[in-house]
Amino acid sequence: MNQKFELTGSYKKWTWGLIVVGVLALLYGFIMFHPFSPVSHGAHGEHGGEHTSSTRFWAVLLQNSVYWLLVVNASMFFICVTTMAMGGWQVALRRVPEAISSVVPILGIITFLILMAIVWGGRTDIYHWLDTEAVANDHILKGKSGFLNAKFYTIWSAVTILLWWLLGRKMRSMSLDTDKNGQMDYETGKKWIWKNTVWASLYTVFFGLTVASTIPWIWLMSIDAHWYSTMYSWYTFASTFVAGMSLVALYVIYLKNRGELEYVTEEHLHDVGKFMFAFSVFWTYLWFSQYMLIWYSNQPEETKYFIQRIGTADKAGPYKGIFFLNLILNFLSPLLILMKKGAKRNWTLVSFMAVLIIFGHWIDFYQMVMPGTLKDHAEMMPFEFGIAALFIGIIMWGVGRYLTKNPLTAKNHPFLKESMIHHT
Amino acid sequence: MAGGIKKFVVGSFDDEAVLFPAVKQVRKAGYKIHDVYTPFPVHGLDHAMGLRETSLHTAGFIYAITGTTTALSFMSWIFTKDWPLNIGGKPHFALPAWIPITFELTVLFSAVGMVLTFCYLCQLSPFVKKHHFHARATDDLFVMAIECTDKTNEAELQSFLEKAGGKEVNVQVAETGWWIGRYDKEQKLYRDEKGY
Repeated sequence: MNQKFELTGSYKKWTWGLIVVGVLALLYGFIMFHPFSPVSHGAHGEHGGEHTSSTRFWAVLLQNSVYWLLVVNASMFFICVTTMAMGGWQVALRRVPEAISSVVPILGIITFLILMAIVWGGRTDIYHWLDTEAVANDHILKGKSGFLNAKFYTIWSAVTILLWWLLGRKMRSMSLDTDKNGQMDYETGKKWIWKNTVWASLYTVFFGLTVASTIPWIWLMSIDAHWYSTMYSWYTFASTFVAGMSLVALYVIYLKNRGELEYVTEEHLHDVGKFMFAFSVFWTYLWFSQYMLIWYSNQPEETKYFIQRIGTADKAGPYKGIFFLNLILNFLSPLLILMKKGAKRNWTLVSFMAVLIIFGHWIDFYQMVMPGTLKDHAEMMPFEFGIAALFIGIIMWGVGRYLTKNPLTAKNHPFLKESMIHHT
Repeated sequence: MAGGIKKFVVGSFDDEAVLFPAVKQVRKAGYKIHDVYTPFPVHGLDHAMGLRETSLHTAGFIYAITGTTTALSFMSWIFTKDWPLNIGGKPHFALPAWIPITFELTVLFSAVGMVLTFCYLCQLSPFVKKHHFHARATDDLFVMAIECTDKTNEAELQSFLEKAGGKEVNVQVAETGWWIGRYDKEQKLYRDEKGY
């Protein structure tokens, strides 16, 4: 068994290919969309500044950076939650989510820079609440201004990304320490598990304060500053968690194909598949709860969100296709395809579904960001896909780096035996 | 329901670690295991016995689809054909409002259906009588029943089972399947009735 894992040439080719494509798309955006041109304050619409082509640039960057950051961050959440639950089955594949979460610092910095450029660049076309003049004359936004203001946004975003980074790094370093220190006896193992559990719970509490509540509010929901939904953060969490588990599944399958991860069997794949299936259904539950309550109570300030997307009975909205494609990709196909036990144990089918789910939730984020910023003029052209390619390339680079630098199995983890004999 | 009277060689095991190799040996020797009765679910025993994958999930899926169809067709018939009501100005065909009930009926049909199917497959029901190979199968013994055919040499099989670790090995003649009756009322065994 190879101790050091080497990336294949084709993996590297794909990584750098995607990054080059992404950088070209970014350059194209810089040249064509004038991202730093001032926002025109001509006619104030519902949402502040008129949108220009620069709006598209920032909206696409916002969608992609937040989406991919939350997707890779979901890996650390998975590690922490299974640690707290004293889970043993995931230990054989634990290095995979660890590797994915090691991208959080890189994507975190990129996301932070993008968010700062939007907020301090005065992009009122993205965040209407940045427009101080409009807020002063707006009863609703005035009420929210204690929360929705540039200073709080900056500080809380910085604290959030920093703590995800530091707490995640602590979890990873505790795992890597076991490689150096050798097999643990019962007492040391117990202490080590306890220490892990404490750090994991710290991370999880902070995750609850950020991903499951405030961060989706300020990063995404505040695009539609007047509108609010109590489901929104859970919805965002479910969306990124299911995509995060799909990413874990993809890397597990990739490494298994390369002959690595000797203890991972289809039993482990089955459990990862269960996460993909269960959280697809969970996502749909939140999607539907948000939709049905607003549909039922029919309050104008709430229905506006859906009218922007699917339109009314008389006039279809521009996002109608994407809105329902979202439901087909992220609910119907996982439900029907992943339901059978055999499907969750089928390496080919799970990798296909993982790609589908990751793409599906990218579409989901697209329809969360675009209607509020670009109104009826959103596009899905090579530029949008190019920026996505940039982020995928960065993730592949970061994950590949971690996988080659560290052993792929946490050989001295006290629960490894439990994972080896795991069967569902 | 009764499946006919058959002859069985029955052995009891008091340890899982003995049971598993014994199951393997018995199967390898070509004997037909009728069933293994255990006091609690034993992981991997179904694999060792070579049982096929249960089709309970498929049944559950069919019940669920039935529930979905029942709910949707019933509600759409009531609210659009039979008794259309104006509820809060919503359209008569108000799909979002029906989804929760559709979901509930889907779950209800599949849950109840699967429980009943499970009981049927395990031959469990009130007023149903079934032969017990060993009373301690409900307590602390793993009881293996091997079906005898015309060609089975019972004495040979008994010593084989004893060698594999079986205790209290004996031959029993019993009705397979299940039949209506009650244990507290009807104590007469088929064996006595038929005079074996």
